[in-house]
Amino acid sequence: MDWSHSLRLIAPEETLSIAGLILLLIAAWGGDKASRLISILAVAALVGASFLVAPALCQGAMGPDYAAFFGQVHADAFSSFAKILIYLSAASALVVAPAFLNRLGAMRPEFPVLIVFAALGSGMMVSAGDLLALYIGLEMNSLAAYVLASFARTDDRSAEAGLKYFVLGALASGILLFGMSLTYGFTGTTAFSGIDASLAGGLSTGALFGIVFILAGLAFKISAVPFHMWTPDVYEGAPTPVTKFFATSGKVAAIGLTMRVMLGAFGDQVDAWRQIIVFVALASIVVGALGAIGQKNIKRLMAYSSINNVGFILIGLAAANVQGASAMLFYLVLYIAMTVAGFAAMLMLKDENGNQVEEIAKFSGLSRTRPGLALALAIVMFSLAGIPPLFGFWGKFLVFKAAVDADMMALAFLGFAASVIGAFYYLKIVKVIYFDEPADAVKGENDIWHKAILVVTCVFISPLGYLASGWLQGLTDTAATALFQAL
Amino acid sequence: MIGVEHYVVVSSILFVLGVLGIFINRKNIIVILMAIELILLAVNINFVAFSAFLQDLTGQIFAMFVLTVAAGETSVGLAILVIYFRGRGTIAVDDVNRMKG
Repeated sequence: MDWSHSLRLIAPEETLSIAGLILLLIAAWGGDKASRLISILAVAALVGASFLVAPALCQGAMGPDYAAFFGQVHADAFSSFAKILIYLSAASALVVAPAFLNRLGAMRPEFPVLIVFAALGSGMMVSAGDLLALYIGLEMNSLAAYVLASFARTDDRSAEAGLKYFVLGALASGILLFGMSLTYGFTGTTAFSGIDASLAGGLSTGALFGIVFILAGLAFKISAVPFHMWTPDVYEGAPTPVTKFFATSGKVAAIGLTMRVMLGAFGDQVDAWRQIIVFVALASIVVGALGAIGQKNIKRLMAYSSINNVGFILIGLAAANVQGASAMLFYLVLYIAMTVAGFAAMLMLKDENGNQVEEIAKFSGLSRTRPGLALALAIVMFSLAGIPPLFGFWGKFLVFKAAVDADMMALAFLGFAASVIGAFYYLKIVKVIYFDEPADAVKGENDIWHKAILVVTCVFISPLGYLASGWLQGLTDTAATALFQAL
Repeated sequence: MIGVEHYVVVSSILFVLGVLGIFINRKNIIVILMAIELILLAVNINFVAFSAFLQDLTGQIFAMFVLTVAAGETSVGLAILVIYFRGRGTIAVDDVNRMKG
């Protein structure tokens, strides 16, 4: 254990924190004029950091050699996999942001800096090997995220979203912390490996309470039922590029963290928490699907869709083995691709004054005025619904298969039945776009970056994506194996 | 003799009071900020008490981190509250209802 080795392992974090601080200085001296330059540099820093973590994934890094600072941080294949997703989706949110924020007059040089710091915190969450590192990563991400949610300060909805996110996020952190303090008290350590070893002798009531509180706090962060109430309001109120950031980067970080804690620190206590996860997964699928049905605003609908998808991802967690973890990661990649595509398409829906069109009724007949955009939205919706030829189906198939192989037939069957409810509202949007009378509300031009992101992600979630499935499966298997080797 | 269980009981009571303060409070958002502080302090009592009884320093270090982050959290929360008040002219909890459904 020497410091230079540890410092080498956390190179991506160092890059991002130094880049963030330098960008902050540029922002202080350059003022609003510099925001374009800072955005470009921030995207470069995020993409550069994802290149720095890629080798660990390709080499299949795992085990104690890749634990930095006495096991505080694990720079293994699992964290690399999650970090690549986090950094790239943060960069894509940053690319689409200036056009949106400039219209509101809310583009400030702090915006890209906050995104960089939030991504840095997210990266620390997925590589945490200790409750302390977990907490610092989580708060680093959350504090930046609260500000980002209320970034369009002149918009009432944005301020309200920031306020709600702050209050409920702080409550979630409090619950999580209370669980961590109980876990510390009853196991005598905050290191995941130590907690795992200490609980091997049997679970005391205090430690069980600790697990339950930690699970409740994490459920808040991944917006799983019964702690999902904040999601629709925050997703609707936050500026759309920020919502995109929460739905992609934030989701990967929270789910990666949940996997680290549940399969790492509490990995031997599966019997204690499996039934909670099963309940949360099924409830999320059903509540997400039913809640989405009556929605008129597309961002609210995407919020319920994310609750629904978290339910499917948690089915893989209930399996609690390498296959389940690998299926979760695979599903996560697909979900991120679908969400990035969905929000990119949403940002392109503008009326003649350049204002965003968020109401679903106004999309009617889009296929006749904007055939390309309509096709992209249809691909996203069919893929989210899990209709077979599209790639989204494969993610659902893998989590169900993991549940069946782990002898949880009932869970797989109920999840499968509930996914049919979900198909209803996705298909309703396709119906509005293709078969209703044209409302002719969507006009306005879009720049090349929106189109590029939309095309790349749509090709990935189209049936062509199956060409990459073998390669992706190899990566998720490596990452999942590393997760179980981390202790 | 005061044992660790007494500390846990006190901190649990404070924690529950904090959570209730967030949900029952119908007046204004400043009270919610105070309730959040109460939750974090309850956690700190736990950490320090366990740390003393386990003869292990980690808990006290953790408490220092929690205190620091709590200060940052409150300042961010107050900043958001200020821009909210500028837009709406009120900080009553019942008025936070632009979005529903």
